[in-house]
Amino acid sequence: MSNIKRAFDHGKAFIPFITCGDPNLAVTEEIVQRMALAGADLIELGIPFSDPTAEGPVIQAASNRALTAGATTDKIFDMVVRLRETVKIPMVFMTYANVLFSYGSERFIKKCSEIGIDGLIIPDVPFEEKEEFAPYCDKYGVDLVSMIAPTSGDRIREIASKAKGFLYCVSSMGVTGTRSEIVTDIGAMIESVRAASNIPAAIGFGISDAAQAKKMAAYADGVIMGSAIVKLCEKYGSEAPEHIEKLVREVKAAITEL
Amino acid sequence: MSKGRFGTHGGQYIPETLMNAVNELEKAYEHYKNDPEFNRELTDLLNNYAGRPSRLYFAKHMTEDLGGAKIYLKREDLNHTGAHKINNVLGQVLLAKKMGKTRVIAETGAGQHGVATATAAALMGMECEVFMGEEDTIRQALNVYRMRLLGAKVTPVKTGTATLKDAVSEAMREWTRRVDDTHYVLGSVMGPHPFPTIVRDFQAVISKEIKEQILEAEGKLPDAVLACVGGGSNAIGAFYNFIEDKEVKLIGCEAAGRGVNTADTAATIATGKLGIFHGMKSYFCQDEYGQIAPVYSISAGLDYPGIGPEHANLYDTGRAEYVPVTDDEAVDAFEYLSRTEGIIPAIESAHAVAHAMKIAPKMGKDQIIVINISGRGDKDCAAIARYRGEDIHE
Repeated sequence: MSNIKRAFDHGKAFIPFITCGDPNLAVTEEIVQRMALAGADLIELGIPFSDPTAEGPVIQAASNRALTAGATTDKIFDMVVRLRETVKIPMVFMTYANVLFSYGSERFIKKCSEIGIDGLIIPDVPFEEKEEFAPYCDKYGVDLVSMIAPTSGDRIREIASKAKGFLYCVSSMGVTGTRSEIVTDIGAMIESVRAASNIPAAIGFGISDAAQAKKMAAYADGVIMGSAIVKLCEKYGSEAPEHIEKLVREVKAAITEL
Repeated sequence: MSKGRFGTHGGQYIPETLMNAVNELEKAYEHYKNDPEFNRELTDLLNNYAGRPSRLYFAKHMTEDLGGAKIYLKREDLNHTGAHKINNVLGQVLLAKKMGKTRVIAETGAGQHGVATATAAALMGMECEVFMGEEDTIRQALNVYRMRLLGAKVTPVKTGTATLKDAVSEAMREWTRRVDDTHYVLGSVMGPHPFPTIVRDFQAVISKEIKEQILEAEGKLPDAVLACVGGGSNAIGAFYNFIEDKEVKLIGCEAAGRGVNTADTAATIATGKLGIFHGMKSYFCQDEYGQIAPVYSISAGLDYPGIGPEHANLYDTGRAEYVPVTDDEAVDAFEYLSRTEGIIPAIESAHAVAHAMKIAPKMGKDQIIVINISGRGDKDCAAIARYRGEDIHE
């Protein structure tokens, strides 16, 4: 069993996202530690990319701040090595295909396995293109996480049946960012997943607060929160860790009641 | 290997949300491209609305002045809306209409593709929104007004370098928000499959006509075909029907900006490396960690950090050659063609003219060069005047 599946062992999983290096890597390190203490079950570490086409304005701006502050793939690897001394929950990288490809796909994935990264989420690599990275992921025991979207329809069966780690269910049309309301028929989407596989399913995109997380968690095995957390980095900068810790506690408590 | 490959290049590196949309587009295109009624309608639009076939003009003065190869100009600048972009746009908007879409979106750099899309949308009664880097809305203010005049909404993109690549990213994001009623009219031979193939097929009319026209005029094929390359749609259009004619040299002219040894360049083949971006595997200007480089060219239409996957493959296989041309050389050529032939080319096309000026004198008088004049230069006059230190206001 992959390490990622353990995140779903104690009730509904909460998966917070953070853009590494925003406002700087020292603050990111503290944020990740506090997320783990506050009850996060799995942490999604975003490696910033210059042109993140699946992100809304909040994470685009965070990626910009991180790159301007000097974050690089190698510095983020070093940070993960330090984090792994204390943080034991599963962690995955979220980044874009070119970040892996330019580093050398095999070299990148081998490094992930060495430093304790359990999986990869690459939003610009759909099912049809996963062979670009999947052979190395299999070789080094890193889960390449698959995504489904409200438009996936008949594709869900095949994607879910071959998914690794967990299945990332995109709640809404469009790019990442908080939304006041999620209108997709999530229930039907998750039902299609269940018919094809027993892989844990987590819902992401647009989840803005604990109440909405609770609503979404009722359908699935976990919820992912990105932009709402990144907004706290934007607002509080180096003071963000304590605010993020508080939010993670709130969300975890809300979904634990289920 | 997945679909839509040119050698190792191409593919479909896009979010899952868009996969059904590109699959649906591929299916529709495979159907309509062989549909006689669709082709009749498209040919009628190209001929009677856009003014095809475009002329192949023998540039007598330029030929005499340079003293070498005979130079012919393929006059895509004479098309309705002033550039080759209309060829692809009429095809795609007609296809979108057949697919039941009611809205089209597009990215634009210099504004030519945006204007063409706004034009076709006006003609075919579709809603239209064009994404344009804020920097480019300033460089090409007149084209912004033209698009609005044609009924389109122009959305300035402020992220990143606020140029063409950011406009493409934003158009892709908008498409993921609204795929059901919207078709994304991609303007170049780039992006995920099937776009590089669709756009190439709609632009291939350029080389089809060149071939007929040059055989008619000279009784033989040209020795070289030259075109400027950003994403590469006019170049692939000018090259495509000559790819099998190995004796015809195909030369793509990239925007070197202030030079390929400076950071201010957009010459992808000269300075880029293999990568994955904007839905495709191809060559991109990028740093050691794969962050896309902020490229530069005086030409907003060539100011793009990548090149279409079919060009990447033509480069790999050695079938086409790609050369860098600087701002200075392009501006000289812009002025030269205006003075010698009375034709003001787009600053994009002037990159190809500049390279022809370098190679023509070294070629024999019995040899033939065809330069694709992809667009007209009215839109560039103010910017070139400023480049020469003259402050004019439109």
